[in-house]
Amino acid sequence: MEDLKKLYDAILVGNFKAAREVTEKALAENVDPQMMVQQYMIPAMDEVGRRYEANEYFVPELLIAARAMKASLELIRPLLIARGAEPAGRVAIGTVKGDLHDIGKNLVAAMLEGAGFEVIDLGVDVTPEKFITAVNERNANLVAMSALLTTTMSSMKTIVEAFRTAGARSKVKIMIGGAPVTQKYADEIGADGYSSNANGAVALARRLTAA
Amino acid sequence: MHPLLSQLISRPPVLTDGAWGTLLQSLGLPPGECPDAWNIAHPALVADAARQYVDAGSDIILTNTFRSNRIALAPYGLARRAGELNRLGVEISRRAAGTRAKVFASIGPSGKMLMAGDVTQQELEGAFSEQADAIAAAGADGIVIETMADLEEATIALKAAKATGLPVVVSMVFDSGKERDRTMMGATPEQVAEELEGLGADVIGANCGAGIEGYIPVCTRLRGATRLPVWIKPNAGLPTVVEGSITYTMTPDHFARLAPALRDAGATFIGGCCGTTPDFVRALRRTLS
Repeated sequence: MEDLKKLYDAILVGNFKAAREVTEKALAENVDPQMMVQQYMIPAMDEVGRRYEANEYFVPELLIAARAMKASLELIRPLLIARGAEPAGRVAIGTVKGDLHDIGKNLVAAMLEGAGFEVIDLGVDVTPEKFITAVNERNANLVAMSALLTTTMSSMKTIVEAFRTAGARSKVKIMIGGAPVTQKYADEIGADGYSSNANGAVALARRLTAA
Repeated sequence: MHPLLSQLISRPPVLTDGAWGTLLQSLGLPPGECPDAWNIAHPALVADAARQYVDAGSDIILTNTFRSNRIALAPYGLARRAGELNRLGVEISRRAAGTRAKVFASIGPSGKMLMAGDVTQQELEGAFSEQADAIAAAGADGIVIETMADLEEATIALKAAKATGLPVVVSMVFDSGKERDRTMMGATPEQVAEELEGLGADVIGANCGAGIEGYIPVCTRLRGATRLPVWIKPNAGLPTVVEGSITYTMTPDHFARLAPALRDAGATFIGGCCGTTPDFVRALRRTLS
């Protein structure tokens, strides 16, 4: 029987080849995929997050760990879907209208994917209409918005208001982030949460979708 | 040391400039539009921004070329105009500076992440070489590679800039980790100093980030880790929302009061980044003279 501790370790050090190999072998031996996710993979990403908070890991380590997690999840997800298991949540993510920066947004998307969320990546320069369509037509229950510039931050407020006007505000939780963004700004525009980094964004997304 | 740098640092501290993007917005640049495009569309307004910094007492002004590498320009549909935007940017600052200030041309990041595979090393080399060559051909006095989050990308830009023979400043953003003393990719001031000095940078430094207070210890650590002059251009703190609009609330006087500590921590070149204006340079001049 495949030693699943190896899967935990592969994700923790970001070895996506090892993560995929161990996953393949375990699945061939009919190991329960749900158990693999719950007992080994998510705890590995939690440990990655702990190390990030402790300044032992930085963005490069987060990225490779998320990539290893994704390599394994790609094999496991079809089995979970076949059993009717739902993802942790469906996130529509994008950099807001007027802003073309995507590094922060991509990082958060990778981390959310690693945490088992289904990620609908709307790209950059995303209009309020596109966010609302993703929620209405693809059943996203979480919206994650990014802005790098003080000048484009105000698009976040416009988008929150657009959800209200469209009568769709109660369908979603809205979280925001980006260099100039603060908790105070999130409160001011009526967003549900703010995170200063990609790791915190995962914890926030879990909290918002658990509610 | 490059003769121009020896001359500049003979009377420290050397005052650089403040932010360009926010200044151009006050002159009418719409939010979300590429500031560098104004080198073609509104050269007189860009010249006005440059002149404001020279008049305020900057010894060195930068150029409106922060995004003028073909990778960062691509989303604006301007990738093929990189050479032209750099040439015009240098010429505009050059004319505004006259004999009163030196012109160090700005090279910013590509906006793509190397380790995530969003861009290749070859693509970065090509883009930064094109930009550095255009800057040198247009007659800049030096090059400032700034606001870099990834040391690897910074070193690719450094090699391209060094090939021109101009003096090169490399300035990183330190805003990550609990103490906000690491780059986004986790590099410490000591690692940055060692790597960049080893690759031939003429000046190293820190810009942008969370504000001037946090850059005092970062400056001390850079100073302790290199023989090169240190360049610091912090933000005016973090922006806050005042009556619905987003603004930097730190005043020029507050910023300037902290500048002597920066000088004492070993900064030779001092200026400001996001949220700073010509008034900040004037306040620095008053406080540091």
